[in-house]
Amino acid sequence: MSAEAITDSITRPDFQLRVEDRRLYLTARGPWTLATIKALDARLEKDLNIQDYEDVSYNFEGLTDLDTAGAYILARAIRCTPEECYPFHLTGNSSGQKILMREAADASMGRAPQEVRQWFDVLVRMGEASESFVKETFDNLVFLGVFMVVMIRQMFTPHKIRWKSVVAHIEDVGLNAAPIIMTLSFFIGAVIAYMGANMLAANNLQFMMPELVGFAVLREFAVVVMAVILAGRSDSAFTAQIGAMKMRQEIDAMQVIGMDRYETLVIPRALACIISAPILTFLAMISGILGGVIVTWIAVEGISPRFFMERFSEMVTLEHFWVGMSKAPVFGLIIAVIGCRQGLAVTGSVESLGKRTTQSVVQALFAVIFVDALFAVFFYQIGV
Amino acid sequence: MGIDFSKPPVEVKNLRSQFGDNVVHESLDFQVRGGEILGLVGGSGSGKTVLMNTLLGLKEPDGGDVFYFGQNRTGLSTKERQSLNNIMGVLFQGGALFSSMTVRQNIMIPLQEHTDLPAALMRELADMKIHMVGLPTHAATLYPSDLSGGMRKRAGLARALALDPKLLFLDEPTAGLDPIGASAFDKLILDLREAMGLTILMITHDLDSLFTICDRVSVLVDKHIAITDTLPNVMKHPHAWIQEYFGGPRARAALNAGDGAGAN
Repeated sequence: MSAEAITDSITRPDFQLRVEDRRLYLTARGPWTLATIKALDARLEKDLNIQDYEDVSYNFEGLTDLDTAGAYILARAIRCTPEECYPFHLTGNSSGQKILMREAADASMGRAPQEVRQWFDVLVRMGEASESFVKETFDNLVFLGVFMVVMIRQMFTPHKIRWKSVVAHIEDVGLNAAPIIMTLSFFIGAVIAYMGANMLAANNLQFMMPELVGFAVLREFAVVVMAVILAGRSDSAFTAQIGAMKMRQEIDAMQVIGMDRYETLVIPRALACIISAPILTFLAMISGILGGVIVTWIAVEGISPRFFMERFSEMVTLEHFWVGMSKAPVFGLIIAVIGCRQGLAVTGSVESLGKRTTQSVVQALFAVIFVDALFAVFFYQIGV
Repeated sequence: MGIDFSKPPVEVKNLRSQFGDNVVHESLDFQVRGGEILGLVGGSGSGKTVLMNTLLGLKEPDGGDVFYFGQNRTGLSTKERQSLNNIMGVLFQGGALFSSMTVRQNIMIPLQEHTDLPAALMRELADMKIHMVGLPTHAATLYPSDLSGGMRKRAGLARALALDPKLLFLDEPTAGLDPIGASAFDKLILDLREAMGLTILMITHDLDSLFTICDRVSVLVDKHIAITDTLPNVMKHPHAWIQEYFGGPRARAALNAGDGAGAN
């Protein structure tokens, strides 16, 4: 035997099979470890399948290294009936190897459950999604109901409302959101003016620019921009804050101490939103109209800011302002309630926190647009 | 690389760790022998976790050297460090399981990262580890949030063992377990050491674990390892903190229980 062949047998794992009296003699050599078994696994399994035997006798005298992975594929030689496994014998050099083989044999007996995928899984998921939509809507309404009861109870004992917390939340929800809401509303007003400028000028109606900008911004865009930003900024923050508290059992601790979770967490946030939303909407209206005025001044010939404002105060009546304003606190309430409910629905895992936060924003935006549509129908019916 | 399995698994020479001006370790020397279970004790804030993070390579030493099987970590390339890390496993205190994956997927992660085995074999090996740490087979498809504290530790241990490490670090493995669960976990550690030929370094405050499964105990006090020896010798050490630690009523109770078990 050449020197090369000798070193080869030490560094490379190998095996030999021999069957005598329905007993398999398995001689393993070299290192049988995670790093080396890939080449052996398929070959060993193929060779074993063509043998006919009951018991196994392992010879590990030439084995230089054995880890759990090696033991596992060696243990595949052990034949089992559904009730029990045939015995195995081991000639080896360490007690650790015996224990490993016993563990491996045990492990290969108890087959672990599989995650099965079925072709109709996608239908099942669709069904579950529809069911969860109905359930979520129902749960939101239930939460709103409980919130209303607690809110009305607190109305009679205003000193029990946590005003400090309310003010802190107003700073975060209202004051800190004002710059971005005003900026966005300014752009929306400008966009409306640009779109209207061409259309109206084509029909020689450019003097109607103030009405267009006024109606659009006052009735719809100011309040919707406010709601979108609030849903993206504050609603997600509410869910994340409350959800993190839920994960650290802070909510449970509060309940044991005797603090009502609605009074301490939900009411201050809801009040902050209800108070901030109209103020933010008002700011959004101002900057939206400003955007409209500036674009009109630049893009439409013959309409100065002065003419714009004169016509604006003549044609755009106060009721349009109130249509927009009346929606603001409702949107604020919707956003706060959905944010808090999703936060309280977080369970132990980090994943559920992420899922609930996403769900919270999606639901809040959905609810805001949906309620906005209901308002539109309502105002149309009463002729405002 | 100079990994030599006949050399001590961990050897720390003249280690210094500091955060800003706050020196945590100074001239710390420390050795773990092959095949032993070494318990590391020390007061809160004495830098046990900093020492373990240093040994794991999560923190660079501010002075001194760390050797693994005779191989100095300093000066190794990223790739060499990784292959060094592959012979180590760690069980963090809370288990540190990835919460978006099932137990089986958690255990498969190291295999997927560092081997090119077929997926089916990886799954089977993961299931074997689940079995070896004493989890029921149905735990394979559960998420960490569905597990109890004890099961989570066992699952974390299974992930630590995924690559068949030579060296296992345990951070307070029995903290938060009830006495039955804790002694079952101690026994599991002993069994796994025998089956897999592990060397184990465990941080623990569980006096029962120290008395029943640790071969030697190291005491981290005054920014260095004051003594590393068998428990009876450690208890004779005159340092005031060590006397207080092992002289308290809890330690005496655990010692008596340990003696009783030994006599049987």
